[in-house]
Amino acid sequence: MTPTTNSELMSTAAILGGLVQALASNRIRVIDLTQTLTPEFPQIALPPEMGQCWPFRIEEVSKYDERGPSWYWNNFSCGEHTGTHFDAPIHWISGRNLANNSVDTIPVQHFVAPACVIDCTSEASANPDYLLTIADIERHEANHGRIPKGAWALMRTDWSKRHDPEAYQNFDETGQHTPGPGTEAVRFLVEQREVLGFGSEAIGTDAGQGYHLRPPYPCHYYMHGAGRYGLQCLTNLDLLPPTGAVLICPPLKIEKGSGSPLRVLALVGQDT
Amino acid sequence: MTMPMMHPKRKNPVLRTQQMNLPPGARGRVALGITTAAAEGRFELQTCADCGAVQYPPRETCHKCLSPRLNWREQGGEGLLLGSTTLHHSNDLFFRERLPWQLGLVHLDAGPTVMVHLHGEVGAAPARVRVGARLDRAGQAVLIGFPNEGSAHMADDKMLREMTSDPKFRKVLVTDGKTEVGQAIVRALVKAGADIVWVGHAEPWKKMGGLDDISALPQVTLVPLDLTNGRSVTELAGAIGGKVDIVINNAEVHRNFGIASRRGTDVAKAEMDINYFGLLRLAQEFGPALKGRSADGATNATAWVNLLSIYALSNFPPHGTFSASKAAAHSLAQCLRAEMRPAGIRVINLFPGPIDDEWNQQMPPPKLAPATLASAIVKALRDGVEDIYPGDVAEEWLERWRDNPKVLERELAHGGG
Repeated sequence: MTPTTNSELMSTAAILGGLVQALASNRIRVIDLTQTLTPEFPQIALPPEMGQCWPFRIEEVSKYDERGPSWYWNNFSCGEHTGTHFDAPIHWISGRNLANNSVDTIPVQHFVAPACVIDCTSEASANPDYLLTIADIERHEANHGRIPKGAWALMRTDWSKRHDPEAYQNFDETGQHTPGPGTEAVRFLVEQREVLGFGSEAIGTDAGQGYHLRPPYPCHYYMHGAGRYGLQCLTNLDLLPPTGAVLICPPLKIEKGSGSPLRVLALVGQDT
Repeated sequence: MTMPMMHPKRKNPVLRTQQMNLPPGARGRVALGITTAAAEGRFELQTCADCGAVQYPPRETCHKCLSPRLNWREQGGEGLLLGSTTLHHSNDLFFRERLPWQLGLVHLDAGPTVMVHLHGEVGAAPARVRVGARLDRAGQAVLIGFPNEGSAHMADDKMLREMTSDPKFRKVLVTDGKTEVGQAIVRALVKAGADIVWVGHAEPWKKMGGLDDISALPQVTLVPLDLTNGRSVTELAGAIGGKVDIVINNAEVHRNFGIASRRGTDVAKAEMDINYFGLLRLAQEFGPALKGRSADGATNATAWVNLLSIYALSNFPPHGTFSASKAAAHSLAQCLRAEMRPAGIRVINLFPGPIDDEWNQQMPPPKLAPATLASAIVKALRDGVEDIYPGDVAEEWLERWRDNPKVLERELAHGGG
């Protein structure tokens, strides 16, 4: 990356110092984009004969009692793709042979990156199967500027406000109905904008009916095939500006991990 | 005639809840022969292989010819009531709390004369009666004198209700209402007169057919319950545990894999997590509440039913990990039974053969219809038995297993179902 003239003039110590000061004075706010890990939060549902992602489960080890008199702690279990989580390129068959494609080898610089928030709330509220289009992206750019290379493209749908798991999952007899990106929009983001990854509020980066798109699950297929990442089950996207926020989202360092639950934080400036 | 039982009044909340005092439970090893048969709903007595004498009480040798070659044989139980008496006083706490109590002396056509608890419809001696064996609240066999022809409401007899777990007017928890089996159980309980049926359902976002139909029944209340989630079990026990009289644990995961046919252990873990750990979680949370109410009026807490499998007895390799999880559940159910018996709560284990559901799609018939399984559960509750093997396949496997478990193991290894 070529530094701008401004940042060349500032020492890195001054930049970090300024950041710390801005955080302390709340001029830069930290927004939590993470769903709480609870046993009630749904997990992705596949046909029952397939392998399944574990839901989040938690059991007390002791709670200041006969099992441990002075301490409280739990054991928990979950899958790599449980709750708010990160998808690495190795997650999909299209990304399986790329270099640095698992959570333990992805360059850590990628875990701090700018984010653009494409607002699809009215479309998604009118149509739970809504698919993001290139026109939506261009409309966003017309109002807020071009999506920079290496930024996260986040699709805001307010789907995370569906707190009832049944409404959040939104199944009927033809499967799940949740919004996601259309095939052309994914290819545009990957090829024309070279985004770092795609983020969504629903259970997956692909739409609930994404299996019926061409190819099936296009966001997984093209993003991971190009070494890009995914974030899903995000929340609080309505608190982010359309552009200018910075995401901090390091997954757990799991050897050859395909993804991981994680805490996703956004830094948001007062003037953005 | 037995007066039909009326819906009991609501409990008076200022009175101390009656605690359970069990009837005398001590039996010698030989006498347990009557109990093991009664646990499966049969009345058996020792028959001498040498002289043919039928004897009671059970002994080590024949009371006629001293032969040790005694076989347990099922009895029809027909006999003549010689005399009866009504207890108005007893130093035994169980009977003292349930006076008056009718006893009788019956001369069985098979030979022996036995002491029985008398059903209220039996007339004055001399009268023809039919003697049956039942398990009492201590889980031990007792003999009961039934009328030769009972009336429609004979199950409501006060003495008999102490020996059984009739769902009539009781409140029942069925742990999984999303399966056909669960829904059939719910319907059977409603038909049997259950007051309330709480129906557990996990993962509410996964729509399964039939749940709406049963939830429309006025007796039915759907409750969130996921046996893999300890907190879900704890919360439900907190909400309704103090009111549940019968727990029916039908939740299960069933996949069709042996060891080599599926990579990894995730499927086997999912089976264990519901079939074994699910039972453990449920028992830890609901067990204590049931135990505390086992003498609580006419609709006391009374029974715990586990849906196991005939594969619990001997591994069926094509469904090998499922079999293992059911064997583990069977073992745990024995532990549960041992812990519940001192409180007077009966643990009933079902060992069905293949059920006609989506996980047995490729099994040839005969397969057990969900409604048949459900009727078997209600019958087991009414008859007060402990172990049932519903369906032809289960009965046949049980017979082969009793004959020689090692031979059955070999046959199953060669695909001989």
